[in-house]
Amino acid sequence: MTNLLDIQNLTIRFKGKRTVHAINDVSLSMKQGETLALLGESGSGKSVTLKALLGLLPPKRTDIAGSIHVNGTDVLSLSGKALQRYRGGEVSMVFQEPALALDPVYTVGHQIAETVMRHKGLSKEDALSTALDMLDRVRIPSANRRLNNYPHELSGGMRQRVMIALALACRPKLLLADEPTTALDATVQIQILLLLRELQKEFGMGVIFVTHDIGVAVEISERVAVMYAGQIVEEGTTREIIRDGRHPYTRGLLAANLHDVARGERLNAIAGSPPALEAKPDACSFAPRCPRALSACREALPPMITPSERRRVGCLRADETLAAE
Amino acid sequence: MSATDYAPKPDTGGPAQPLLIVKDLQKHFPVRGGLFGRTQAKVQAVDGVSFEVKKGETLGIVGESGCGKSTTAKLLIGLTEKDRGEIIFDGLSLGQRLPLKDLRKGVQMVFQDSYATLNPRLTILDSVAFGTKVQGLKDPNGLARKMMDRVGLNPNRFAHRYPHELSGGQRQRVNIARALAMSPRLVVLDEAVSALDKSVEAQVLNLLNDLRAEFGLTYIFISHDLNVVRYISDRILVMYLGEVVEVAPVDSIWKSQAHPYTRSLFSAMPSMDPDNRTQEPPLAGDPPNPINPPSGCRFHTRCRFASDVCKSDAPRLDGLAQNAAHMVVCHLYDAASGHPRAGQGIPA
Amino acid sequence: MALSETLPAEPEPIAIPQGYWSGVGARLVRDPLTVICASVILALILGAIFAPWLGLADPYKGSMIARLKPLGTEGHILGTDEQGRDMLARLIYGGRLTLFIGLMPVVLAFFIGSTLGILAGYVGGITNTIIMRTVDVFFAFPSVLLAIAISGALGAGIVNSLVSLTIVFIPPLTRVAEAVTSGVRSLDYIDAARATGASALTVIRVHVIGNVLSPIFVYATSLTSVCMILAAGLSFLGIGVRPPEPEWGLMLNTLRSAIYVNPWLSALPGVMIFVTSLCLNLLSDGLRSAMNVRD
Repeated sequence: MTNLLDIQNLTIRFKGKRTVHAINDVSLSMKQGETLALLGESGSGKSVTLKALLGLLPPKRTDIAGSIHVNGTDVLSLSGKALQRYRGGEVSMVFQEPALALDPVYTVGHQIAETVMRHKGLSKEDALSTALDMLDRVRIPSANRRLNNYPHELSGGMRQRVMIALALACRPKLLLADEPTTALDATVQIQILLLLRELQKEFGMGVIFVTHDIGVAVEISERVAVMYAGQIVEEGTTREIIRDGRHPYTRGLLAANLHDVARGERLNAIAGSPPALEAKPDACSFAPRCPRALSACREALPPMITPSERRRVGCLRADETLAAE
Repeated sequence: MSATDYAPKPDTGGPAQPLLIVKDLQKHFPVRGGLFGRTQAKVQAVDGVSFEVKKGETLGIVGESGCGKSTTAKLLIGLTEKDRGEIIFDGLSLGQRLPLKDLRKGVQMVFQDSYATLNPRLTILDSVAFGTKVQGLKDPNGLARKMMDRVGLNPNRFAHRYPHELSGGQRQRVNIARALAMSPRLVVLDEAVSALDKSVEAQVLNLLNDLRAEFGLTYIFISHDLNVVRYISDRILVMYLGEVVEVAPVDSIWKSQAHPYTRSLFSAMPSMDPDNRTQEPPLAGDPPNPINPPSGCRFHTRCRFASDVCKSDAPRLDGLAQNAAHMVVCHLYDAASGHPRAGQGIPA
Repeated sequence: MALSETLPAEPEPIAIPQGYWSGVGARLVRDPLTVICASVILALILGAIFAPWLGLADPYKGSMIARLKPLGTEGHILGTDEQGRDMLARLIYGGRLTLFIGLMPVVLAFFIGSTLGILAGYVGGITNTIIMRTVDVFFAFPSVLLAIAISGALGAGIVNSLVSLTIVFIPPLTRVAEAVTSGVRSLDYIDAARATGASALTVIRVHVIGNVLSPIFVYATSLTSVCMILAAGLSFLGIGVRPPEPEWGLMLNTLRSAIYVNPWLSALPGVMIFVTSLCLNLLSDGLRSAMNVRD
C-alpha cells in the first residue's frame, strides 16, 4: 500500500527584501487514515508546510525544492485545472478563523453545495441534500434550518463545524487542519476535537493537525512531529513523544505546558527566542537555546537518530537522554 | 534597581485590610441600532460582581469569552466607566475619597496583545517613560531605563528601538516595565501571557514571580489557561456570563470544583495522557449570548443538574459547609434553595 | 538577578538611534520615481518663486504682430499666446498663482479638517454626531458643483477661490481624520496611556496625532492635484482668477480658441496641469509607502 503522504527533502525559501529559509530539508510520510499533529511554535514552519501541501505558496516569491506526493500525485507539478481539482477534492483545509474563511454573503448551505457541485458535478438538489447530510454529520442541531443561515448568524463553535462540513463535503483523502480550535473557548474546543476524532474514524481520511498546544495534540493525534526552525526535530507516536520525548526542545515544550509543575516553583524555561531563519542552518538550530548543547552541536547538522521503526530524533545526544534515566 | 526607585503609595489600612474590594460591580453596554441610534438591547458584560484581593496575593480570574473578565479588568482601572457598584482600593472608595488619578497610580494593567498596546511610533524608552512623565516624577528616562533592565531588556540595546523590531516576548517585557515604572501596588494582567509561545510564556511567568517577590506586588491574573492560572495564583475566581460562579483557594478548587460550570471547564482541559483521552465533551454548544442572558441561574440552560428553581431564582454566593473559604453560587449547596438535591452538592 | 539567562545571545545592536522622519527620508530617497516627481514639483515651486530673477520676458507685455507664434520661435522658445505674450514666462509666472490656489486650500483644509476629525474621533458621542453630520451635508454635493456654487456666490477673485476650495476640502479631510482617529482610539495603547492617568490632551498629543497624521497627510497630498484642477476649472469658467493674471486654467481657457491655429501651443497649460497633478499623485503614493514603519 502506498503512503497517503510522502514529503521528501522539502526545502522552502521565501525571497524578497529578506530571504527566509522557512522549511529546511523536511521529510515526512503518513499512512492512510492516520492522524498526525504538527507541533511547533510561531515561525516553526508548520503552517508553511500546510500551504505547500495545498499548493498555496506564491510561486513568484518562493523557491521550493524536494517533492510532495499525496496519494501518488506529485503536488508540486500540479497547476491550473488539475490543481483546482486536487484542492478541495483530494485535500482540503480547515482554518483557524472560520469567520474569515467562510464567505459572509452566502448561506452556509449554498457554500457547501457550491463546492460539491464544482467537484462532483452534482445537480443543485443533490448538492443541497449532501450539504444537509454534512451539517448533520458535524452534529449541528436542526441542520435543516441552519442551511439557510449566514455565517454571522452562527456562534464560533457552529461556524467551525460548518467549516469542517465544507472541508469534508467532497470526501478528501487528506484533511489539513490549521489550529482550528485555537480561537475557540475551552469547552467548545474539546467538542470540536472530539468531533474531528469521530469524523476521522467515520471517513477514514488522513488528518494533519497543526497546533502549538501539546494538550490538543494528545487529544487528536496518534502521531506527532515536532517542528522547530523549519525542521522536524522529533517524530513518533503521541505516546512516545509525551512519555519519552528525547529532543531537548520537545522536553522544554512539555515542561512549559505547566501540567504538573508545582505552584510558584521556578520554571525550567527554554531561554531565548527562535532563530530568524535568515540563513540556511548549518548546525543544530536549537543549540543556542539548548541547555545540553555540545560544541559539536554548533559545528554540524545533528544526525537523525532512529531509535525504532517510524521514530526519529534530530539530536546528537538523543541516545544519552535515554541512558541518563 | 534600588528600593528608592520603586516608590508605591504607602499602605494605609494594615495587612489585614484587603488591597481591593469590589462590590456589586455592574456594566451593561448598550447595543445601538435603528434610525436614531436608540438602545436596542444591552450586553450584560459584568453583572453584580463582588470580590476581594488581599495584599500580596494573586487572584486568578478564569472564564470563557464573553464572561466579562476583560471588562472587569477595564472597570478596575477606570478605562470603562461602571454603571453601578463600588471599587475600594486600600480602604478608599473610588470616586469618593479616591480620585481616578490616584487609583491609576496604585493599579496598573498589562494587556494581552503586546503589539497593540505599544504606540508603534514611539521608541521603547518613550513608551516606558510616558506614564512617569505624565505623573511628573523626576528623571523619568532614568527610571525607565532601570525598569527595562529589571525586566531583562538591556536599555542600551533596546531603548531606541521600535515595537515592531522586538519579539512578542520582548514586547511583553516592555509592557510590564511600563506598568511597573508607575510603582503600582496592584497589577492587572489581562491574558498577559496568552499570546506568547509556550517557551517564552515560561520566561515571562518566571519574571512575574520574581517581580512579585521583589516589589511586594499584588496581581489579578486573568487567563483562559487553567494550568497557567493554577501555577501563578493563590485563589481562583470563575466567571460565567458576567457573573461570579465560584471563588476558592487554588488547591481546594483544583481538588474538587463545586459549581457544575467550573467542573465542566476543568474537564474540558486536554488530558495530556495519550492512554486516557477525553471521551465525552463536558458541555454541549457554545456559551449563550450575554445580550439576553438566561433567567435565574445563568448556567441553567447548559447544566445537567438544573431544576425549576434554577430557572426562576438566581442563587447567591456562599461558602461551602466544609470549607468557608471555598465560595460558590449554586442552589445545589444551599439547603433552603428548594432544589431537589439542595444541600447535597454535585456528585463526585 | 540573572535574567540575562533568559535573553538570547543575539547579534549586537543594529539599532542606531534613528528618528521616525529620518527613516521616512531615507526610504523616500531610495525610491527613484518619487525622487523624480518631488524634483519636478520642487522645480516648479522654485521657478514660481524666483520667476522675476530668471531673466524671462514680461508675462503681461503683449505684441499685436507676434501673436500665436509656434513653439521654437526665435526669442519665444515656447511661442506666444493670443495677445503675443511670451508663453514660457506666462507658464512659469502662472505657476505662482496656480500652485498657490492649488496648494493653499488643501493646507488650510488639512489643519481645519484634522482638528475637527481628531476631535470627533477621539471624543466620540454627541460631539462626533454634530461634527460628522454637518460634514455629511457638504458631502451631498459633488465637489466641483460645490466649489462652483460657493465661488459663484462669493464672486470671482483669488481670495474667494481660496475660501470656496478650502470649504470644499474640509469635509473629506475631516472624514478621513475621524475614521483614522476612531480606529486608533480603540487600540490598546491608547487605553494603556489613559491608564497612566494622562489627560485627554496629552494622550492626543503623544499617542494619537503621530499615528493619524501620516494617513491624513498622504490623503491631503493626493487632494492637491484635485484642488489644482478645480482651481484651474474655476478660472476656466471665469469665476476664479481674472485676466490678465497668468494662471494655467485661465490660460487654457483663453487659448482654447486657438486650438485650430496652433494646437501644440494651446495644449501647453493643460500639459502643465497634467504633469503637476500626476507628480503630486505619485509623490503621495511614494510618501504613503515611505511612511509605513513596518517594512
